[in-house]
Amino acid sequence: MNEIPQQLVNGLALGSVYALIAIGYTMVYGVLRFINFAHGDVFMLGSFTGFYLAPQIAKWFPLPSWGGWVAVMAATMIICAIIGIVIELLAYRPLRNRPKLTVLITAIGVSLLIQYTCQHQAFFGASQKAFPQLLPSGTFSLGGLSFNTTQFVVLGVTLVLLAALTFIVKKTRIGMAMRAVSHNSAAAALMGISNSFIISFTFGLGSALAGAGGILYGMTYTGIEPLMGVSVGLKAFVAAVLGGIGNLPGAALGGLVLGIVETYAGGMSGVSTYRDGIAFAILIIILIFKPTGLLGSKQIEKV
Amino acid sequence: MLSVENLHVSYGSIKALHGVSLKVPQGSIVTLIGANGAGKSTTLRGLSGLVKSTSGSILYDGHEISKLPPHKIVGRGLCQVPEGRMVFSNLTVYENLKMGAYLQRDRKWIAERTEYVFSLFPRLKERGNQSAGTLSGGEQQMLAIGRALLGRPKFLMLDEPSLGIAPLLVKTIFERIVEINREQGLTILLVEQNANLALDISSYAYVLETGKILIEGPSAQVKSDPQVQAAYLGA
Repeated sequence: MNEIPQQLVNGLALGSVYALIAIGYTMVYGVLRFINFAHGDVFMLGSFTGFYLAPQIAKWFPLPSWGGWVAVMAATMIICAIIGIVIELLAYRPLRNRPKLTVLITAIGVSLLIQYTCQHQAFFGASQKAFPQLLPSGTFSLGGLSFNTTQFVVLGVTLVLLAALTFIVKKTRIGMAMRAVSHNSAAAALMGISNSFIISFTFGLGSALAGAGGILYGMTYTGIEPLMGVSVGLKAFVAAVLGGIGNLPGAALGGLVLGIVETYAGGMSGVSTYRDGIAFAILIIILIFKPTGLLGSKQIEKV
Repeated sequence: MLSVENLHVSYGSIKALHGVSLKVPQGSIVTLIGANGAGKSTTLRGLSGLVKSTSGSILYDGHEISKLPPHKIVGRGLCQVPEGRMVFSNLTVYENLKMGAYLQRDRKWIAERTEYVFSLFPRLKERGNQSAGTLSGGEQQMLAIGRALLGRPKFLMLDEPSLGIAPLLVKTIFERIVEINREQGLTILLVEQNANLALDISSYAYVLETGKILIEGPSAQVKSDPQVQAAYLGA
């Protein structure tokens, strides 16, 4: 019986990573109406940024430590934000007025380019690497059960980042502009909002969250490799659709639901090899009954 | 104040404007009338920078603006109330007005201007906390005009403010347009399908047909033009 709460924590930790990535998919969809398939690779680059930064940062902050961990997180998020902004600038901006399908294919191209470039020996190499330990490891017991500190850190960080994001989107001038662009980009431009700036900002924000997800993933699962963004990215995309694409709380909820379902399915004897299959089956079932996702609202396509 | 020379706009391979030229003097109301698909909205979209012109020049306040992005054009005081109103239906009336003031930093000015908009359209004040999507077509049009006024325009373009609105509200809205022009000295370019109304409140008129200016002249003169009467005034 001890398994149930323990698996719940495992599921929430995995779901947190999905949620952080799913938000990037959903925000970019909100302002540009296309799926940035290279987003999962930004998550992977986040993990590797942490991997290569940790020894550098260890020169100032001894690792593992809380201070060093915060420094790695912050630096990684900034670097990933820049990566996201540059991807948009080089690959997507020149296609701004082209059909969405063109941009979508380009996104797949960017994704493959990042994956296979990073697999080259000159970069990260194809083999799996061990993610450095950033935080002092520890376990604590609660109600007779023992939990891993890392998982609670993952959950806590995710909650803090989600709260910060909600504040930015709901309360700040730039967040208001993001919502306006997402609602009607032409009308937003007529208010004096620079669509290009808002799009860059959105990519930066989403990529910073994916970078944070990359670090949290590395801390939890320890093994990282250049293709890790494929399956995690795909599942985060599924989470965004599950919650209702374009809807921020939906993406977070979708991520957590997917993480929990996947973890429980993986823990059940007999079905554990089908864990991914079960997650996707649930997606299909939910979308049959609620095509706009859990929190998505009906959208009327204008003719 | 605004002088457009030989403006050409294309959507892909389809030419929408074949050399439109027009002038709007400071403080006046000028109207651009024409049938559906004549290129009226395209002209305004071109002036706001929402579509890029392929050739021609747009001189505003003595500066060439045809290469500027839309938000820079708004920043210079050239604001537009777009066709179909385009209010942010998920935001409240207040929030919509706040969006209109996106580039304005002076809080005192914003508060005063908001009060001015409410004095023009008291209905908006009554519905301040309601989401814009729940307003009637006429109220949304009032909101769209109010929102544009918060952008501190020196030059206001209105795209079919009478479209799909109850006749009684159309009358109110047109009276307010004249009031804004007189009291604030705001220069206005009005695009309309309702030629009668537009010719009544404007001083000069252009008639657009398939992407070209067909007829132009003082509004009273255009109104008595037999060709205009037959085609646009139903006489």
